[in-house]
Amino acid sequence: MEQSSRAADGLGSIPALLQRNAKQFGKKAAYREKEFGIWQSWTWKETEEEIEAFALGLLELGVSEGDFVSIIGRNRPYFYWAMVAIQSIGAVPVPVYQDSAAEEMAHILSNCGAKYAVVEDQEQVDKVIEVQEHLTDFRHMIYIDPRGLRKYDHTRLHQYSTVQDQGRAARGKLMSELEKRRSKLDFDSTCVMLYTSGTTGKPKGVVLSNRNIIKTAQNTCEFDGLKAGDEVFAYLPMAWVGDFIFSIGQAYWTGLAVNCPESAETVSSDLREIGPTYFFAPPPVFEKHLTDVMIRMEDAGRLKRSMFHHYMAHARKVGPAILDGRPVSLLDRLKYKMGELFVYGPLKNTLGLSRVRVGYTAGEAIGPELFEFYRSLGINLKQLYGQTEASVFITMQPNGEVRADTVGVPAPDVEIRIDDSGEIFYRSPGVFVEYFNNPESTASTKDTEGWVATGDAGFFDKNNGHLRIIDRVKDVGKLADGSMFAPKYVENKLKFFPDVLEAVLFGNERDRCVAFINIDLTAVGNWAERNNIAYASYQELAGHPRVLETIQEHVETVNKSVAEDPMLSGCQIHRFLVLHKELDADDGEMTRTRKVRRKIVEEKFSDLITALYDGSPEIHTKTEVTYEDGRKGSISATLDLRDAKVVPVATQKVAAE
Amino acid sequence: MNDMSQDTYVTDDGRTIGGVVMEMKNITLRFGGVVAIKDISFDIRQGEIRAIIGPNGAGKSSMLNVISGFYNPQEGDVFYKGKKRPPMRPYKVAQQGIARTFQNIALFEGMSVLDNVMTGRLHQSNAGILSQALWKGRAEREEVANREAVEKIIDFLEIQSIRKTPVGRLPYGLKKRVELARALAAEPSILLLDEPMAGMNVEEKEDMSRFILDVNDEFGTTIALIEHDMGVVMDLSDRVVVMDYGKKIGDGTPDEVRNNQDVIDAYLGVAHD
Repeated sequence: MEQSSRAADGLGSIPALLQRNAKQFGKKAAYREKEFGIWQSWTWKETEEEIEAFALGLLELGVSEGDFVSIIGRNRPYFYWAMVAIQSIGAVPVPVYQDSAAEEMAHILSNCGAKYAVVEDQEQVDKVIEVQEHLTDFRHMIYIDPRGLRKYDHTRLHQYSTVQDQGRAARGKLMSELEKRRSKLDFDSTCVMLYTSGTTGKPKGVVLSNRNIIKTAQNTCEFDGLKAGDEVFAYLPMAWVGDFIFSIGQAYWTGLAVNCPESAETVSSDLREIGPTYFFAPPPVFEKHLTDVMIRMEDAGRLKRSMFHHYMAHARKVGPAILDGRPVSLLDRLKYKMGELFVYGPLKNTLGLSRVRVGYTAGEAIGPELFEFYRSLGINLKQLYGQTEASVFITMQPNGEVRADTVGVPAPDVEIRIDDSGEIFYRSPGVFVEYFNNPESTASTKDTEGWVATGDAGFFDKNNGHLRIIDRVKDVGKLADGSMFAPKYVENKLKFFPDVLEAVLFGNERDRCVAFINIDLTAVGNWAERNNIAYASYQELAGHPRVLETIQEHVETVNKSVAEDPMLSGCQIHRFLVLHKELDADDGEMTRTRKVRRKIVEEKFSDLITALYDGSPEIHTKTEVTYEDGRKGSISATLDLRDAKVVPVATQKVAAE
Repeated sequence: MNDMSQDTYVTDDGRTIGGVVMEMKNITLRFGGVVAIKDISFDIRQGEIRAIIGPNGAGKSSMLNVISGFYNPQEGDVFYKGKKRPPMRPYKVAQQGIARTFQNIALFEGMSVLDNVMTGRLHQSNAGILSQALWKGRAEREEVANREAVEKIIDFLEIQSIRKTPVGRLPYGLKKRVELARALAAEPSILLLDEPMAGMNVEEKEDMSRFILDVNDEFGTTIALIEHDMGVVMDLSDRVVVMDYGKKIGDGTPDEVRNNQDVIDAYLGVAHD
């Protein structure tokens, strides 16, 4: 691949795009943040000034080219500005998950040798001070919110606005240096370093160049027709590659506006007030919204409830077809219009999705019923498939070709190949430069021709050329009789029930499958309230006989549906239990992005798995838990182990032939 | 008084404690034949966190009610900012910059959190009836300024997500926080907290302690609080007054009070030989 290191029009870096936007869209809003109850807003022109002031302030602090500066906090305009300011002076921003434990943070900061950090408030300042002793060359920390920090030693601690003020004051002295460094940036300079979530092993630093980010942003914006005037809602962790692509890459390429919520707790009401036109959420978020809606409908009056069910049934029938522009009878269209007036419109407004033109979900498979629910409302929700190492996009669904069970066609400029074991490989302009300081891992992931292994198994659907993902290559296994074991497939079916938050299926190399289930406290708690069931704790609710009965019904329904697929009918759940605690990232059972760490769960709860297989009716167990502040404790419980009905597989003979 | 007010010092954690801002001199309060408070004197210094502790029925809440002007003591004087305070109605006391929260939460249950906190600003509005009715001129300007001040407090106490929620729907711990917000909205120079942590779980107590310290630190507000939980009191306060059966039996830093034999006897109930 021959690529010039200078992009067309000299737009080879994010700071260059910023300058263009300030000229071209000067008066358009670039950032909004809700603070003190109102939406504060900054135009592109103002944004350029803020970023320049901070960049000059960083120069004044002595930040050199190539230094790593970590960013720790929730989505706020100040952090996005800091990232671009850091790039402007030739340093590299390294966003870190703000809720990571001190140990994780210490690993990341020492791995990249961060010399500076921009953090949100006292909590983060304390955390960085705590890990500072592991860092050899840490110099300065900058915080945004001064609350509680007045008494701290300020020799190496600075307030964000002070740094900006110092930058403004030193403009005459340092502007030429800033311009010099900024003009050196090109397509090959590092744009950002993002750490993988560490599903397997320690997080690795993924180095992404300006080419990776800008080319990918350009391609995908053209794919979906994103433009200045679009609104994106920035509420997912800044350390996640997706947020970087949406809120920096695509935002700077097109000049669209980035909106930040007031706090983590106000996300849904802020979303509603902003009404983004471009929206991303991982399946659990859509699932939670749907659960909330269903709970509220259960509590609603009879008239409202029957109207909801009547029109939703109609929407399921014709909604997706109307969205895809397929032919639908006039009468059905008319009825859909009525539904829009009475149900879909108000519902979309409540969800904050009225204006969504392009919506994406990714990260894991989405239940078909869940997906169809949003599509049938007329929300253009699509799926994509991506990775940090690809600057997100590998495949995406074009408008009008959206299906629940595929992840779409290769994104523009992406090549895909599938090897004999079913593993998916890709090559694209977005392919990462390297893992930082880790040539072995780089070599084992990316070959000399630029092909990257995804670790996912999948195949192209022959009918429409879309990619279908089965599971992680390492998770797809075989049952003792040789039939396929694809745990995610079954777990996703279970997770569609609002009562089920998480499910983990076991059965690799065994003769049958068993499952752990986590109840959803919101949904089950509401149900308990309506049925006058008293409970004192999560554990007590999870062990309630009537809850277990309900879950059993869900498991048996899933078994029926799994039995319909001859390839996977062996994955029916023979026995299950409802866990006494929620699987949690603090206990290492999940990643920060809420993916189950199967191996760890399997080891930690090995006694429960054994009991499920040996047929005992109940088991007493004790589990260690970690509280948010790092203290440890333990909870013990006696769990009911239940048998679920399975559908005898009549088609097995056919499958065996 | 003058020599006292120059007597400022800096605490271990770097806060500056000023001179005496309020002084209770020989206060005695009776309800008919019952003596609730008997000849008690103590002072509160600018910027400090001052606790009043004691077993049930010791007269702590009565003492707070004397400070807030709800009760007028039969004997003794209250000096505020160096001047003797004549008997006055609680709202007058509030206008002088003394705000309080209540042991058994006294919020408007049907109103939103925002409206409840806004009531804390009522005495800052001077607009006339006509201006209020027409929503023009002074009334509008005042409302905007008040809302701005209230939003800062909402942000400070991290209750943005319940801004529009009716108070009646909130759990107990959050109601307590809303009450604190309302008291803060009055921009008091002395904040009286009547058992701010009663009935809370450990986590809620930790949060509340954090907020009390932050309020003191950020706004420089002098805080007088009544509390049952000894652990919390000893961690939070600069100085502690101990009461028992209406009498003062101890006064000093948490360490001094902890080692005071009278206090150990009366309050902690530990036998000694």
